Parts: sequence; C-alpha cells; structure tokens
Amino acid sequence: MKIVHYINQFFAGVGGEDAAGTGPAIHDGPLGPGRRLAAVLGDEHEIVATAVCGDDYASGHADFAAELIDQARAHGAELLVAGPAFTSGRYGLACARIAATATAAGLPALAAMHPDNPGLAEAGGAPVVESAETARGMRPSLDRLAAAVAKLAAGEELSAEDGRVGAVPRTNRMATRNAAERAVDLVLARLAGDREATEIPLPAFDQVTPAAPVEDASKALVALLTEGGFVPVGNPDRLESARATKWIRHSLDGFDSADAGVFESVHGGFSTQWANAEPNRILPLDIARELAREGAIGGLHTEYFATTGNGTTVADARRFGVEWAAELRQAGIQAAILTAT
Amino acid sequence: MERAGIPTALLCNLVSIAVRVGAPRIVPTRGIPYPTGDPELGPDQERAWRRQLVERALVAVATSVTEPTVFD
Repeated sequence: MKIVHYINQFFAGVGGEDAAGTGPAIHDGPLGPGRRLAAVLGDEHEIVATAVCGDDYASGHADFAAELIDQARAHGAELLVAGPAFTSGRYGLACARIAATATAAGLPALAAMHPDNPGLAEAGGAPVVESAETARGMRPSLDRLAAAVAKLAAGEELSAEDGRVGAVPRTNRMATRNAAERAVDLVLARLAGDREATEIPLPAFDQVTPAAPVEDASKALVALLTEGGFVPVGNPDRLESARATKWIRHSLDGFDSADAGVFESVHGGFSTQWANAEPNRILPLDIARELAREGAIGGLHTEYFATTGNGTTVADARRFGVEWAAELRQAGIQAAILTAT
Repeated sequence: MERAGIPTALLCNLVSIAVRVGAPRIVPTRGIPYPTGDPELGPDQERAWRRQLVERALVAVATSVTEPTVFD
C-alpha cells in the first residue's frame, strides 16, 4: 500500500520553534521518523512521500490539511499516517486534523499520539493509536503505529488492543443476532462479573479520592475559583473564550463585590448578558466578603483563579487543577469554591 | 484539587455530569450562565439565594464525603 506520512517541521529537520510558521510542503519518500516506520513496515507498504507543515502554521490555517491531502493523492496515497505526536499539543492537533480531513475525504488515515494530547479530540472519524509521552519513546511508538497500519491496510478495524485511543465513532453494521439476544448476553456477562462489556463505550473519567473536610469553615482560608471565563473588563490577559489552554489570576484586594463594568465574562459557550450585568453571578465575591466579615469563613484568598470551561480538553483541565492546587497549598488555602457554567 | 487535599465545592447546573466525572462535593445551581445567581429574582432575593449557595458550599467543604455528594 502507498502511504503518505505527515510530520511537523521539527521531525522533518526543517527547524524548531523558529520554523514553526513554515507552510505545508511535500517531499518524496520517507523523512525523519518515517525512515524507521518504513523499515518496520517492510516491503508490503511504501512511504511514497512525506507531508510536512510547521506547527504554528498548521494550528492557524485549518486548510493546510486539505492542501496536503491533495498533494498526497497526487503522489498516489492510499493511506495517510500522521505522527507520532507524543504530547505535543499543536503537533497533535495537526495530526488529528489532517487524519480527520483525509478520512472525511475518503482517504483512509491513522494518527498516533499520547492519550493526553489535546489534539486527540479533533481526530473526528480517524482512528488514533497511542504513542509514548515524548520522543524518547519513538521506537515502541513506531512499532505500534506500524502494526496498526498493517492491520488497517488489511481492512481490519483497530481496537483498544491495538492501542486505539480516543472516541470510537459509532458505525452501522449488520449483526447476526438481534438486539434482544445481545442485550441478554450483556446482562449475563454483567451478572458474571464483567464490568466492561458494552456495545456503546462511554468516555472514561478519573476516580477522585475526596479530600478530608476542613474542621471548621469559620477558621478556613477559602479561595474563589471559576471556569466561567471571568476576567477584569477588557480581558487584559487574553483568556480564551473557548478551548482554553491557560488560566488567569487576579487580585481581589480592594474589591468588596464583583461589580458590572469592572469584571465580565468572556466565556464563548453561553450568553454572558446576565454575568456582565451582575458579575457576582459568576464569582460570588459580594457574599464571600460578607461571610468573611461575619466570621463564617476564616478569610478569603487575596486572588481568584479563572479559566474558560468551553471545549477545554480534559488534559488541559487536569493540568489547571494540578496547578491551582499547588498554588493554593503554597498559599495556605484550606478550601475552595469553584463555580461552573 | 480534591486529590491534592483541598476540599472544593463545585457550584454547577449540570449535576449529573459533575457526579459522573466524580466531583466529590456538588452544590446545584439554577442556570448555566449564572451559577451564583438567578436573574428571575429581584435583587434582594437573588442576593439571598447567592448567600444560600455559598453557605451550602461551606457546609460541603466541612463535610466528610466518600463519593460524589450533592448538597442541596
């Protein structure tokens, strides 16, 4: 099978961050990690060309994918392989997008990246197999990718056993047994102790061990946090309105209430008219101050933290949580009130 | 946050999702665009509602839980 391999400017040897703005280009034959991939794939498959694009260019120009797919087809591509992108966000996004675009255009495609890569969710109908976290794990990542390529080329579907990660699109298929029979089978499997068997896999989430409670709220230092896109008017830190990749912090010193015209929400997932008319609806600063004055809480943290929870990846959200917790622990904060929109 | 030992009250409207993702301390609110408010109410009533929510949050962080728990 004729394969076109997508990699970024770094792995193609074009350059590092300084070359991240490089536009799409296609080269004959394998390049960089593609050389080893070609070797592992053996004689049955051939990497006929390598598609390359700078990470910044790819994340800022969604049409890079269509352009490269046209060129890949011109090289006779029967399958597009992207990555491995490890945990690199922009590279993962580019791999996911080009694989999704190829699949949608009828060219079978496969990407490889770490399950925490924020790009994973963008792969659409294209399968993604797991890679290591960093390029230190290049070899095993390419071995897994090559095995998946061979399977896909043979017309087989990829499953978790092949290292498939991310959402598996639901496809119509003729079953030999009717729904009632299959349902009974699943019930019997469940009764026999199988907690996994399902025809409709749901996204997996972490199990969180709850923290011990504060002994006495009236002695606790409390922080106000929100994912409601809550910013000082004008959004000086340029917090994103969707798919946030960062969080912001601002001092609450001198503010007795979150007043209109001083704070606002830049959340892009809902109408912010109610939040902007009365920002305490997002961050309950007026009440928190009141309770602090009355002694119902020991004190309020001097700053609030905010991000935008709108299409934010689980991986980014997890990172924000880890960073918030570290900051608060260092500041001696014992409890938090987190508002969610 | 909870994993790192900081009890955290999550004030949110989508309680079923909060339970499913395993948030340990959940305080239900009335609408997605205004977690600590309710524009349907008059200003004084709304402030009283907000105070009630924050007081529930303080109860939540001072309560021992072993699994996602809704405080309403």
